[in-house]
This record gives sequence, C-alpha cells and structure tokens, in this order.
Amino acid sequence: MTRWAIAWRSVTQRALASSLTALSMAMGVALVTAVLLTYGMVSDSFMGNSNLGYGLIAGAKGGKLQLVLNTTYYLSEPVENIPYTFYQEFLSADQQKKELELMPESTLSELKDGKYAGNTDFAIPVCLGDYFKRFRVIGTLPKFFELFRDQYNAEEPRYHFAQGRNFKTWDQEHGYYEAVVGSIVAKETGLKLGDKIAAAHGSDEGHAHDESPFIVVGILEPSGTPNDRGVFINMEGFYLMEGHAKPVDDEAPDSSPETKKEASLRRSPLPIDQREVTAVLIRTNDPFSPIFIRNAVNEGNVAQVVLPVLEISNLFELIVSPIQTLLLVITVMICIVSGISILVSIYNSMNDRKHEIAVMRALGASRGTVMMVILLESVILSVGGGLIGWFVGHAMMASASPMIEAKTGVSIGFFDLAPLPMTFELWMGPAIINVLPSYLRELLSLELLIIPGLILLAVLVGFIPAYTAYKTDVAESLGD
Amino acid sequence: MLLLENVKKSYIEPNGQPLPILEIPRFELSDAEQMILIGRSGCGKTTLLHVISGISHADSGSVQIDGIDLRRLSEQGRDRLRAEKIGYVFQTFNLLPAFTALENVLLGMAFSGRGTDRGRAIQLLERVGLAERMSHKPKTMSVGEQQRVAVARALANRPRLLLADEPTANVDPGNQQSIIDLIRQTCNEEKIALMMVTHSLEVAGQFDRVERLDEINQLSKVTS
Repeated sequence: MTRWAIAWRSVTQRALASSLTALSMAMGVALVTAVLLTYGMVSDSFMGNSNLGYGLIAGAKGGKLQLVLNTTYYLSEPVENIPYTFYQEFLSADQQKKELELMPESTLSELKDGKYAGNTDFAIPVCLGDYFKRFRVIGTLPKFFELFRDQYNAEEPRYHFAQGRNFKTWDQEHGYYEAVVGSIVAKETGLKLGDKIAAAHGSDEGHAHDESPFIVVGILEPSGTPNDRGVFINMEGFYLMEGHAKPVDDEAPDSSPETKKEASLRRSPLPIDQREVTAVLIRTNDPFSPIFIRNAVNEGNVAQVVLPVLEISNLFELIVSPIQTLLLVITVMICIVSGISILVSIYNSMNDRKHEIAVMRALGASRGTVMMVILLESVILSVGGGLIGWFVGHAMMASASPMIEAKTGVSIGFFDLAPLPMTFELWMGPAIINVLPSYLRELLSLELLIIPGLILLAVLVGFIPAYTAYKTDVAESLGD
Repeated sequence: MLLLENVKKSYIEPNGQPLPILEIPRFELSDAEQMILIGRSGCGKTTLLHVISGISHADSGSVQIDGIDLRRLSEQGRDRLRAEKIGYVFQTFNLLPAFTALENVLLGMAFSGRGTDRGRAIQLLERVGLAERMSHKPKTMSVGEQQRVAVARALANRPRLLLADEPTANVDPGNQQSIIDLIRQTCNEEKIALMMVTHSLEVAGQFDRVERLDEINQLSKVTS
C-alpha cells in the first residue's frame, strides 16, 4: 500500500469536506485558465498578423499605433493615404513594369529601380476606406495571398482557400472586379462563390458603389487572424469605383441610373501620379534594412514607416499586459485562498486524526512518512481540484468559442493551450522556438506552470498540518 | 530475543516531581517464548510495551531486541525495527476506519520497506476466519471481528515479537478464548515470541510464564 493510497483514503474518508475544498480550488484554476486563454486569444489576435511575414508598414504620417491597428487589424479610423509612387520606391524597375503592364492605360516610360528596392524582398500595397456591411474592404494585389508564408513553414502559404481561388488583376469573365472574402465574412453574410458585393464608401452606412459590383471568386479558410474579417478586392477594381477613378466625361448631375452605369463602364483609372494607397506592407531582405528604411523614410515628409511588432509590443506592454497581470494576480489570489481552505480543512481534521497518525507510527511509519502522507493529501486536493478547474476553464472557453470567433476571428478548441507570453518568446528568441518540432511548440504554454504551481501551493499550505502530524506524540495519542 | 537491563522510566507530575513508572533490573524473553504480564491498572504495563516497542524512551537502561540496543538507534531506526520485528495488538484494536479489513492488514506491511504482500494478507484474514469480510470496513464489523483483523495486521510482517495489550478486554466472553487461541497458535506456528498483557486470571492460567508488574514497578515472576 503506497503513501498515495493512504493519502487518497484519508481524502475519501472526509468526502464532503474534501469535495468542497477541491471545488474551491477548481473554481480558482478555472478562472486562471480562462484568463490565460483570453490573454492567448488577445495575443493571437494581435500577434498573428504581425508575424505574417512582413516587418514594416509604410503609411501616412501620424499615429504609429493607429497605422498598425488600421492596416493590420482593420481597427480604428482609416488613416490618410500616401502616393502610389511612394509604393513604387520599394519595387525594382522590372517589378514596376510587370505591374504597370497589367494596368489599363498605364505608361511604361522611364522606369527605374525604387529607392528601397534593393532592400526589399516584397512590398504589397493596400487601399482601405470602404466597407461591406460591417467588414472592412481591402483593395490590394493578388500577391497579398501569394507572398505571405506560414510563420513556421516557409514552404506553406499563410492563407488557404476553403473555396474558389485568388482574385486576378484582370479576368476574362469578371474584368477587374473580383473579390476574396474571409471566413467570418462568408459565415456571417452567407456569401457564396459568384455572389456580387458592392463596397460602401467611408463606413458601412456610406454611399454604396452599386455601379461596380465585385464577384466573389474565393473564400478563405479560417486563419485566426483579422483577415478572416476582411473583404479583399482587386486594387484595379478599387481604383475604378466611383469616387476613386477619373470619369472619362463629366456626368450630368441629373443623369439616370442607366447613364451612371454606362459612365462607370467608361470610367478610366487614375493616372499613376494621382493614385494613392493607404499603406504598404514590406518585407526586407536582410535584418538591418528595416531600421535603415525606417530612418530614411521618416526623415522625409511623404510617409512614415513603422515596425508593427514593436508597436504591438508597446501596446501590450502599456495596456494589455498590465490588465492581464492584474487579472492573473486576482485569480492567483483566488487560488491562494483556495489553498488556505485546504490548509484549514486538513488542519481542522488533525485533532481527529492524531489517533490514526499514532497508529500508523506504532505500525512502524516514520515521522517523515506521516508528514508525507499529509502533504500528499494536500497535493491530491490541490492538483485534483486544479485538474477539474482546468477542464472547466477549457470547457467554458470552448463553449464560448463560436461567439469569440465571430468577434475576433480567433477560435479556441478544448485542447488549445494558452500560448507563452510574447515577452517570453522574445526572451527565448524566436529562432530557438522555431527549431522545436511543431508538437512541442504547441505544448509550450503558460498552462504548463499550473500543475507545478499547484504542487508548490499544496506543499506550502500542507506544511503546517503535515508538521503537526510530524510532531504527534505517539504514546499520548494512542490512548491505550 | 528480548532483553531489558536496568530500565527506568518515570513521568513528571504536575507539581514537577518525577513519578517512577518502571524500574526493571533485568528481564528476558526467549525466541518463540510466550508469557503473560499482569498488574494493577496504571502500574505501567502499557508503558512497558511502549518502551519495548520503541514508541517511548526509557529514561535509562537498555532494551535489546535480537541483540539490537534501541538506544543506539535513531528514531527512524526504531520505527524501522518496530515495523520489521514487532507486531502490536492494541486493546482498542486501533483499526483505521477509512480502510477495509484487507487494507488494514496491508497497512501493517506498508512501512517495513519490504513492500506489501497481498497474498499473505489474504491468507492471514482467512486464517482468522474473515475470508468473507475482507472488503468490509471496521464500522461494519463486530468487535470480535475487528480484533481478529488487528491480530492479522500485527502478524502481517512476520514479526519476531508480538506485543498484545489486553487483546480481549473489549471482546465478549464468547470470542475471548478464540482470540487467545488464535494468537497463541499463530505465534507457535511462526515462532514468534509473545508478551501479552491481561487482567484475566483465566487467560493467565493458560500460560506457563506469568510476570507481575508490582507496586514498586518491578517485574516479579508469578510462574515460570
């Protein structure tokens, strides 16, 4: 008969008291788990996109965080635009030529390498400002879904299509008007392949560009990123929408809808020098270029360049981490209170159990053994309650997952573990984490600390009753 | 097997004065020998058993079991010796209420460091007539059955010495003799020395050797 079995019997002997004590610990751990998972969800939601394979965002001068929130997370108010020609500073002459060849009425004369082309691996322009229902419309190029690679496996694209395909710059059937929608957009709006969508200008209640509907040609698989909430349209189509393009002829103010439609068909895109983009997502080709580009661009008046990871780190450090720390402190306090209830429960039983302890000692158990039995009892209550709490916490979050996914794009499965805090990953170094096999990487979680933490707590709170057992006077307590 | 020399033990009274309990110049018990210890209530019989088993310390003198002097052992060493060489049957049985009859017997083996032998525990319970009651907890058993479980537990580790402290005091007369017979027969078969405390002259009369712990806390032979 092992010490564990003896301790377990003592726990079951006081079934009601033990259950209530374990229950209080379960509630504490359920809250800790929920807080860790919520933090993971927020962290995933923010860090997911900042790790997608680009290190810089170029945009209009102004708030850095607003540029990141707007461009990467599609949050906050739209920012000002920057010239399309600034985007070309990140392209080589060949790249510029290839893109311009696909544009209607483009001029190919006098192309030269952009100022930062030599430092750039790729640059992707995005045009923001329109909405489809509550979802942001992102005008971009097809390379948005081609160049971003999986965070851990560079062979894999970051985005996969659940249905259909990527949009094209020009399609025989749909012209410039093709769109791809994120998984949440498709789920919430019921959009299917072949459906037509019309973006609204400025906000979801703004003027709808009904005259230039886009055809849905692809629906993304859920990616757990804000892109699940995006409507991606061909940037050339974006430029051809009313208000974004230059009409060929002036329209009469009282023209009929038919006349307007005809006008839209005759509308020509803006010349390159009049085009604007909201931001450019940039990946550099060496680790030193981001700083060089940032400093060079920020010295000028045209645009600013920000490092999204840095901005999000700052946001986390300033706002999210303190809130999470506060919540964690509160929930850990709950666990400590639960731990104290274990102490009280066992300690109160010690008077009744002195006799049992004396009998065990008379049968040859050492002081250390009876002390260990009491500590194990504390561990059983603490870890047992903690495991129940872990299941309850995960069940709570998994049951709330559909609602959370609809709001944030992040889904939580029952066995999903809370990720390591970003600061820990930065401390360990992404390179170290990336060399781990994927199954081990997924197991790297703050939740791994719960069980050792509970064992430590159990030993601390169990020490006083265990010491009482240690000091029990056998001859006196036997009573025979 | 058991040798006590110049063993003295006293308690401190509330007024600070020592109250002598034991004063035993010399006492011996041979291998597999069986004896009865008698004496008035409060004369120190249980204290003597505690001193022999290492539960309590003697103030002076030596207690040797199989040539091992308890004074030379650490507390942990005395615990181990108690687990390996001494079986103890208590007056009030002292079965642990959370454990079944079988588990109480296994508990007797748990602290010896030799591991538990489930087969022997079952065999012992069968031997004391509790084959059908192994999975019962003490509170569902009669007093006689509880004492038989206590006997089986005390014998579980094949001890060299069995200390039995008034094992039939709480047992009805019908069960008393069967328990005495059970203890004596098992000790005979397993070559275990037996020191039994009793107030019953009827029980004492069945033993060849009876010692009395007298008024001045010394052992004296009644029979031998």
